[in-house]
Amino acid sequence: MRSPREQSPEEAILAPGHDIGSVTDKISSIVLTRPTPRGWYVGAAIGFVLVVLLLISVSWLLLRGVGIWGIDNRVAWGFAIINFVWWIGIGHAGTLISAILLLLHQHWRTSINRFAEAMTLFAVVCAGLFPLIHVGRPWLAYWLLPYPNTMGLWPQFRSPLLWDVFAVSTYATVSLLFWYVGLVPDLATLRDRATGKLRKRIYALLCLGWRGSADHWDRYETAYLLLAGLATPLVISVHSVIAFDFAVSILPGWHATIFPPYFVAGAVFSGFAMVLTLAIPIRAVYGLQDFITLRHLDNMAKVMLAMGMFVAYGYLSEAFFAWYSSNGFEEFMIQNRMTGPYAPAYWSLILCNIGVTQLLWIPRVRRNMRLLFVIALVVNTGMWLERFIIVVTSEHRAFLPSAWSMYIPTFWDWSTFAGTIGLFVFLLFLFVRYLPVISAFEMRSLVEQEEKGSASP
Amino acid sequence: MKVTTPDASLPSYGLLAEFERREDLLHAVRTAQERGYRMMEAYTPHPVEEVSRQLGYRNHLPLVVLLCGIGGALTGLALQYYACVVDYPVHVAGKPAASWPSFVVVCFELTILFAALGAVIGMFVLNRLPRPHHPVFNASIFEQASGNRFFLVLLAKDPRFDESESSRFLEELEALQVVDVPLS
Repeated sequence: MRSPREQSPEEAILAPGHDIGSVTDKISSIVLTRPTPRGWYVGAAIGFVLVVLLLISVSWLLLRGVGIWGIDNRVAWGFAIINFVWWIGIGHAGTLISAILLLLHQHWRTSINRFAEAMTLFAVVCAGLFPLIHVGRPWLAYWLLPYPNTMGLWPQFRSPLLWDVFAVSTYATVSLLFWYVGLVPDLATLRDRATGKLRKRIYALLCLGWRGSADHWDRYETAYLLLAGLATPLVISVHSVIAFDFAVSILPGWHATIFPPYFVAGAVFSGFAMVLTLAIPIRAVYGLQDFITLRHLDNMAKVMLAMGMFVAYGYLSEAFFAWYSSNGFEEFMIQNRMTGPYAPAYWSLILCNIGVTQLLWIPRVRRNMRLLFVIALVVNTGMWLERFIIVVTSEHRAFLPSAWSMYIPTFWDWSTFAGTIGLFVFLLFLFVRYLPVISAFEMRSLVEQEEKGSASP
Repeated sequence: MKVTTPDASLPSYGLLAEFERREDLLHAVRTAQERGYRMMEAYTPHPVEEVSRQLGYRNHLPLVVLLCGIGGALTGLALQYYACVVDYPVHVAGKPAASWPSFVVVCFELTILFAALGAVIGMFVLNRLPRPHHPVFNASIFEQASGNRFFLVLLAKDPRFDESESSRFLEELEALQVVDVPLS
């Protein structure tokens, strides 16, 4: 068998000519020595402006209540839940890359897992904001938690909405732990290489005095592996529970057993699209083509294609069961989706998620950075439209025609959504600037593995 | 090859030897053990399983994580049972108060949460971290331990340890440098 080092650079998961010193230098130089590219300032500034917009939107919401949004008694969920599901879904690819691919010994994940994990964390931050501000009186959001109180009340443990509280808060905590534990040895590297006294001190505090002792590594590896093992069922449970929020209700279009797996696949689909959306510019701006090779992008595109097919099966099954159930309300729901007032959104999502994705069958497309980037953006949009269609079309025309209404998002709906995109972008830019965007110690392990591989034919 | 002793009057933590490759470190660990050294520490920039195995550490972390996970599941069950059966039973459509299938999700999430916290906190506690100051940091060459060099420390408290003999021994092992590490 050919060792990875003898393969063509396009096939390798690490370009040839690197040793453990050079990967460390290259990764830490982004944070420590290289001048910040001008694009960073532009991107961070745009993100910051949108963060300010988010603050204004949330402040206005706190003053005036959820009436500033387009929701009403009929469509009570609206943008808040659409965006919540969309953001959480984006996060799932990060956990999939860092945990599931680790357990499956997919070594190509090494150079992309760090920023995929960061992406997860920031996506969960954006996601978590929406249910909190959607509860009506956000200052009482702690009522969602079970704690002994003077009212003698407990939350409803039989409701998927309560399960959501546990699932999402556990997911946020575990994502943070996973990301931080992965960062600790790299923070130690930055501590040892930073020149400024303050910087050195900050990295020293953050790395908790890590010194790379052999027994520390032994327990570290155990902890990392166990975390991966724990995060794998967790990530599947989180989106399944979110799907229960819909499936446990009796609304036509929501009350379906396909929902949990269909939501998990959709989450991974949109998540991989977001990883590609981020990876392609990062590798170009910071010259990381040696570490994030075409092989990585090709693999991610393949996962995206597979998940896209799964999602397509979900759409098909929804339509099939609406017909097969002979339930008038279900039949009307799918007909309303395809030909009703939101039909343009429905057909756009089919085009984005099923149509455009088929281009990924062609290897040349998977290796064309510009095209892949555009496809990833299209999939992100398509998956957002999918959640819009699921939430809005079922709610706005349910059982009673006299209660039908139209959901039209207001300025504040859009500004809050744009604000969370800004928050996500801003946090990512800070992360890229101040923390190692690729896991340096795992890259060093990878270099040694590849050396071993080429030493023994 | 050189031996630097910053100040001979200071009590010593041990002798720190720098190696270029992990094979050299592994060889050094093996040889030192053959020569009767028992108290030594190895430092690597990334996990090197052979070295950890050669030094033979006890790793109780899996047990800690298992216990935390079981604790999480029991906490979830106890919380819901107390709330729904003991403290405030709400009877809906004649269904039992202890409707365990609907308790599964919260129990599962708390199992994961407790186990994950146990894995991370347990790892740091068993590793005696956070510990911002440690004698090995006194050696300036140790900065490479997080980059591309492998280190072995023969501890001064080892009965086998002898300042001059041990440093000669380390030099024989093709160490790039051997440095005396002061205790403070």
